[in-house]
Amino acid sequence: MTEPTAPRTSVREKVRARQRRRYASERRFRLLGIASIVTAVSALLLLLGSMVLKGSSAFVQTHIMLEVTLPADELAPGGKPDAKALADANYAAFLRRALSKKFPKVRSRRDRRDLYKLISDGAAIRLQNLVVGSPVTVGSTLSFAAMASDDVDQYFKGKLPKGQTGRLSAKQAAWVDALRKSGAVETRFNTAFFSNGDSREPELAGIWGAMMGSLLAMAVTLVLAFPLGVAAAIYLEEFAPRNRWTDLIEVNINNLAAVPSIVFGLLGLAVFLNFFGMPRSAPMVGGMVLALMTLPTVIIAGRAALGSVPPSIREAALGIGASPMQVVLHHVLPLAMPGILTGTIIGAARALGETAPLLMIGMVAFIVDVPGSVTDPATVLPVQIFLWADSPERAFVERTAAATLVLLAFLIVMNLLAVFLRKRFERRW
Amino acid sequence: MNIQSMEPPAAGKDRPVAAPSLEKNLSGELMDNEQMPAKMSAKGLDVFYNGKQALFAVDLEIPERSVTALIGPSGCGKSTFLRCLNRMNDTIDGCSVVGEVAIDGQNIYDRDLDVVELRARIGMVFQKPNPFPKSIYENVAYGPRIHGLSSDKQELDEIVHKSLERAGLLKEVKDRLDEPGTGLSGGQQQRLCIARAIAVSPEVILMDEPCSALDPIATAHIEELIDELSENFTIVIVTHNMQQAARVSHRTAFFHLGNLVELGDTADIFTSPQDERTQGYITGRYG
Amino acid sequence: MIANAPYLTAATLLLLILVGNFLGSRRATSLVGGKTQDLHSRPHYYGLFVAIWTGIPAAIIYAAWTIADQYFLDRLIVASLPDNLASLSSDRLGLLLNDIRNQAYGGITSGAVDATVKEAAERLAGWRETSDLALWGVIASTATASLALARTRIRPRMRARTAVERLFNLFLVVCSLVAILTTVGIVLSLLFETIRFFTKVSAVEFLFGLTWSPQTSLRADQVASAGSFGAIPLFTGTLLITAIAMLVAVPVGLMSAIYLTEYAHRRVRDVLKPTLEILAGIPTVVYGFFAALTVAPAIRAMGESLGLDVASESALAAGLVMGIMIIPFVSSLSDDVINAVPQTLRDGSYALGATRSETIKRVIVPAAFPGIVGGVLLAVSRAIGETMIVVMAAGLAANLTANPLEAVTTVTVQIVTLLVGDQEFDSAKTLAAFALGLTLFCITLVLNIIALRTVRKYREIYD
Repeated sequence: MTEPTAPRTSVREKVRARQRRRYASERRFRLLGIASIVTAVSALLLLLGSMVLKGSSAFVQTHIMLEVTLPADELAPGGKPDAKALADANYAAFLRRALSKKFPKVRSRRDRRDLYKLISDGAAIRLQNLVVGSPVTVGSTLSFAAMASDDVDQYFKGKLPKGQTGRLSAKQAAWVDALRKSGAVETRFNTAFFSNGDSREPELAGIWGAMMGSLLAMAVTLVLAFPLGVAAAIYLEEFAPRNRWTDLIEVNINNLAAVPSIVFGLLGLAVFLNFFGMPRSAPMVGGMVLALMTLPTVIIAGRAALGSVPPSIREAALGIGASPMQVVLHHVLPLAMPGILTGTIIGAARALGETAPLLMIGMVAFIVDVPGSVTDPATVLPVQIFLWADSPERAFVERTAAATLVLLAFLIVMNLLAVFLRKRFERRW
Repeated sequence: MNIQSMEPPAAGKDRPVAAPSLEKNLSGELMDNEQMPAKMSAKGLDVFYNGKQALFAVDLEIPERSVTALIGPSGCGKSTFLRCLNRMNDTIDGCSVVGEVAIDGQNIYDRDLDVVELRARIGMVFQKPNPFPKSIYENVAYGPRIHGLSSDKQELDEIVHKSLERAGLLKEVKDRLDEPGTGLSGGQQQRLCIARAIAVSPEVILMDEPCSALDPIATAHIEELIDELSENFTIVIVTHNMQQAARVSHRTAFFHLGNLVELGDTADIFTSPQDERTQGYITGRYG
Repeated sequence: MIANAPYLTAATLLLLILVGNFLGSRRATSLVGGKTQDLHSRPHYYGLFVAIWTGIPAAIIYAAWTIADQYFLDRLIVASLPDNLASLSSDRLGLLLNDIRNQAYGGITSGAVDATVKEAAERLAGWRETSDLALWGVIASTATASLALARTRIRPRMRARTAVERLFNLFLVVCSLVAILTTVGIVLSLLFETIRFFTKVSAVEFLFGLTWSPQTSLRADQVASAGSFGAIPLFTGTLLITAIAMLVAVPVGLMSAIYLTEYAHRRVRDVLKPTLEILAGIPTVVYGFFAALTVAPAIRAMGESLGLDVASESALAAGLVMGIMIIPFVSSLSDDVINAVPQTLRDGSYALGATRSETIKRVIVPAAFPGIVGGVLLAVSRAIGETMIVVMAAGLAANLTANPLEAVTTVTVQIVTLLVGDQEFDSAKTLAAFALGLTLFCITLVLNIIALRTVRKYREIYD
């Protein structure tokens, strides 16, 4: 009755016969897995690599070293430098004179105009700030690093294909080469990139305005999403009865987490801007839209964290006469806090990188000024990246990539913080 | 590429493995004379989980075509020992085995031993019935399919029917072979798992507390089945249930704290245990 | 003053709440002569009780006032305008009002400011100041009054804790309703504008029309095409890009998850899993830039070397990069469902002598299949709604094509294009964006609900 189903020796032979093929297929399958991982990781490396490759050069800026004479008769007509003269003086002209001195042979008006174009408009402003800051230099000759225009910058950094001069004329390129030979061209750390707002001139464009915009919007997002999300999570996890209503809320929250972000932008446009008449382009509105987007993430993370606190803690507290509210606020919530914070940081990181909904509420405008409050018009870092990516000037490419690197750095810091929180406070019950 | 690393959870290369034993026949000599020859044997078997020792130098012979019961209190190492016999311990991270386990005199921890083939020779039935989420038919056909035991559909049908019949399940499921195996009752599921195991005609069947998740009637079914199967298969069963060990097994091994304390004919162990720990356990002083 | 008034009001209210808290708990303590054990609740609950009742009525008035005064001030301004301006069409009036507001509150005005606007702006600024001051007075007196009232309600046996907790519970309920309100807000705002759109363009034309060219004339006297709003090319474009993305993401993501859960050594997994998750954390705008900067030119160059004509903004580039973006999404969801397959099933298969790949292909994947399908559906929904990558890499040409080397456009790209830049709000063009938004919302909603349900059911099997 219970003899083996098949003669055992024949079973062993059959098993052996297929062994080789089975192991070959095993190997193929495993290779497929490795290939997939390699694909994904190399895509990541390619992305990061191309950003670093293109972006790193934006952290330095080409400068032309000039010996600028600060004429005492113009800056200090009364013998002493006075504020009005210092403010009104034509600093661009000083720079031009200094540049002309380097190229005495350039005579014709057109050529000279082309020559002056090598220097950025921003150089004069910086010179002015320098002189106004230390008027003692008036009358002397100053060794000044004048910011080069973006075309010179790109040419000097070798960003153009070999033999091409981009938007520089052959003459201009020759001048730059001459300056280079004389050692008067050098790259310095690009402070403008970190301290300026947006600009039409690539060499003057910076991310400070966008960073402030992001910061303000993030502040609004966190102020709204964190308390609302935690409160909703507490209610749903600890107090809500299980009925159709709470089921509906739960389904709704899970679904909201998967709604395309651009739809939140449409909501913001229709409700916040058109219905409530809130200002366009304001970090306040951006923050509110992002808060609505982040809310489901916070609630879901919050519920998971609250749910992982063991019932024994609640029973212990109830047992010594604490009210349900006290149980939650005194015992469960503090224990769940690291998990909630981790979830919130991850949600905030996603909001920080979000672009599409902000386009809908007008944060895509060209804004030079650095925003000072949540109602000032502003843009945010990812939108700045989007705007620059669209700009035709070649010099914006490296700035876009550099801004991307800055944004990624912020995100990495936030995620590391989340990982740290999780590792530091994670409890296994 | 190393074939070894491609196998299903296989022994790590760095794991200390005892050299193949010199005395292949020693196990035979040591055999109890009135028993059948040893099908499997363990010699000086140590098992560690992440450096913590779970089994201490276990020597044990398993006679052919008989039922050997492994008993002992929780955590005594009996399940660990069982999983060493078909190298299922390989699936557990941080588990390492020192010593020798042999089937028909061949060390199963040998480097060039094929785990796939080994497991085709040694079937296993688990504590909780674990039918695959497939039809009853596919559950049983799974083993023959992966090992290529049948050349055509007809042959496969035959294997499936025979196996189900042997597991005493055919009558109950004959008309619904296409229904999912997970839809059966607990006892039926466990018999399905047994049918699945015997479909590849193993030489040894390992059972890890096969009845602990079943009701008494289903348990009785399985016990009868074990008795019948022992005519043709070598069976090793881990059980918590003393009566079950007494009912179904020919030989019993008592484990305590990772040591094999006592081994002998079931009748002897239950009537006149030599070790006082065995006696304490059997009479219910601890466990 | 103008800018500070709201802050001043808020600060005053906050101060009164703090005072209420202090007075409440002191009152409770003094009522029982310092023997706080005679109180029903701890004294600070009486403080909270007073503080909450100080805040709530004032906060409600504050919110209502802020919403209403804008409306009333606009009305007042319009009424005060000279007749020739006040009788303008509502669109033009809206623009004018905008100018006045911007002038009054120091925003950016469009073009030169004429005298009437300047005058009106001054009036508006004056009224605004009055309104803010009045608000401050109202808030301060309401809060003080309710503080005093709440304080007199305190009795030693009053159940202050219960009262506070009941209010707190109410607050929690309200917070959890925000999620519902968001959904309702989305649906209503989209629906409302879509209905307006369908009064201008028929729904049938929108849903089944084959031509999409939304350029309409800006002014009535301009000669321009009337614009056509057939959205089929957008749907097919979205579908094409989504399909390419899924062709990349599903096999790579699934195989990665399988390798990580079933093959990789723990230490390898601990490194590789977070590495893949970095891909998920990269903002979409960065992917868009990557697509436009690196991938699209590379594909174009490759196509040219093969003698193929590749558009500079090909569907292939956008789809490929979107696929990369979705890899970690698919892999982490599959990872979850594969891990949820009980170990006993693996053991059962290994014990029969199956190799790893046989176990994976024949037991684990079939067992995890519903969960994997749910994950893939979520990924599809994500791909359909993805905006920045396609905006930056897919272009605007509404071609009706299945050729991945051509440029196509998607629903999300068109929403962005139609709404970015200054638009009159009720032109068919802007309204079309909302109709597209509603379509997008509905499709993703259905996908999400099916997906979430499938995943949930799957989890219940093995729980």
